[in-house]
Amino acid sequence: MEIEFTLNGKLVYEEIADDTTLFQLLRRKACYSVKCGCETENCGLCTVLVNGKSRLSCSLLAARANGCEVVTLEGVEKEAKLFGMYLAEEGVEQCGFCSPGLIMNVLAMEREEVLDDEGIKEYLAGNLCRCSGYMGQLRAIKKYLSRGEDRDEL
Amino acid sequence: MIRFKNYVKAENLEEAFVLNQKKSSVIGGGMMWLKVQNRVKMTLVDLSGLGLDGIEEREDEFSIGAMCNLRQLETHEGLNACFNGVFKECTRSIVGVQFRNGATIGGSVFGRFGFSDIITCLLALDTYVELYKGGLVPLDEFCRMKSDRDILVRIHIKKDGRKAAYTSQRMSKTDFPVIACCAARKAGKLYVSVGARPAKAELAVLLEDQGCLREELAKKASEGFTYGTNMRGSGDYRKHLAEIYIKRLLEALDQEER
Repeated sequence: MEIEFTLNGKLVYEEIADDTTLFQLLRRKACYSVKCGCETENCGLCTVLVNGKSRLSCSLLAARANGCEVVTLEGVEKEAKLFGMYLAEEGVEQCGFCSPGLIMNVLAMEREEVLDDEGIKEYLAGNLCRCSGYMGQLRAIKKYLSRGEDRDEL
Repeated sequence: MIRFKNYVKAENLEEAFVLNQKKSSVIGGGMMWLKVQNRVKMTLVDLSGLGLDGIEEREDEFSIGAMCNLRQLETHEGLNACFNGVFKECTRSIVGVQFRNGATIGGSVFGRFGFSDIITCLLALDTYVELYKGGLVPLDEFCRMKSDRDILVRIHIKKDGRKAAYTSQRMSKTDFPVIACCAARKAGKLYVSVGARPAKAELAVLLEDQGCLREELAKKASEGFTYGTNMRGSGDYRKHLAEIYIKRLLEALDQEER
């Protein structure tokens, strides 16, 4: 079947098999930030934004993305770079495997609501990291969210 | 992983129903548990084009489309205001926001999963499922029915004035529940549902006697269920947990009313 959707701001037409997942399609379209870490829908590494909402691309059919707006880490370079700096400042950018999924969910969270510490932890509970104890990331996220006037420094 | 040949976005319920009568067809909800099953199907039927993804608040009930996702339940103000936030409580520990943005209430209910937080919560409320051919069926009856090839269209929750509270225990934050309990009260009647025992949730209705202590009520309620053992805990442990959690839920209900 043929589908049409917006990928990182560009309209894409693609011929796909009916049971292709969005994850498989994104890899095919060279969005290598999107990864499949667990195959059981638990790790959040394949998180992308679909119509502004964070979704697990591994369990979303590409056919359902027809007509949607899909954003991966490749499409939010500016925000990702800025947030990456906050992560690096806290020294928590380790193997980096889980960062794209985490960044996409942090961006979704920032758009959706303002939260306290517990709220942030709960919102991001679906993003697993096997290197860290999450505390450094939490510090980086809080600093990033309260960057105030520095918001446009990049 | 599930494989299939044809993807059909149904244009109406009749089309979806006819397609679903074949054994080789399957209805795709949020594609969460369905995706991880190792099955090969001819046709996947998608209901996402039928406008079943909203929560409608009416004077006497909430009508929730089968394709409504769990995140919508979690964040819906009317629903949570009416039932004391139990929908936030019963959805917040389900994997993560990304997962809940995908998983549908229809999938949770139609699957009658033993680990379902959603069914446990809905059972204690006055809930009906709307089936395309079967019509309106009370949820506890639906849970006992054998799976068939009908289509779940909507969930209806009556606003009958029940106050409710929900809690669950998990080995880690986003894991499956070891035990899930929901209690609701209306006019001297207690509706207690316990799920993840590890069997699917069931409902016990108790008469609340003014002289009866919470401890006794909780003991009586927890004895109305059977408990099983699996890798997450033994039957005895689950029974013990259920009793304590039901007691705490009764306390929470009392506090709400004060």
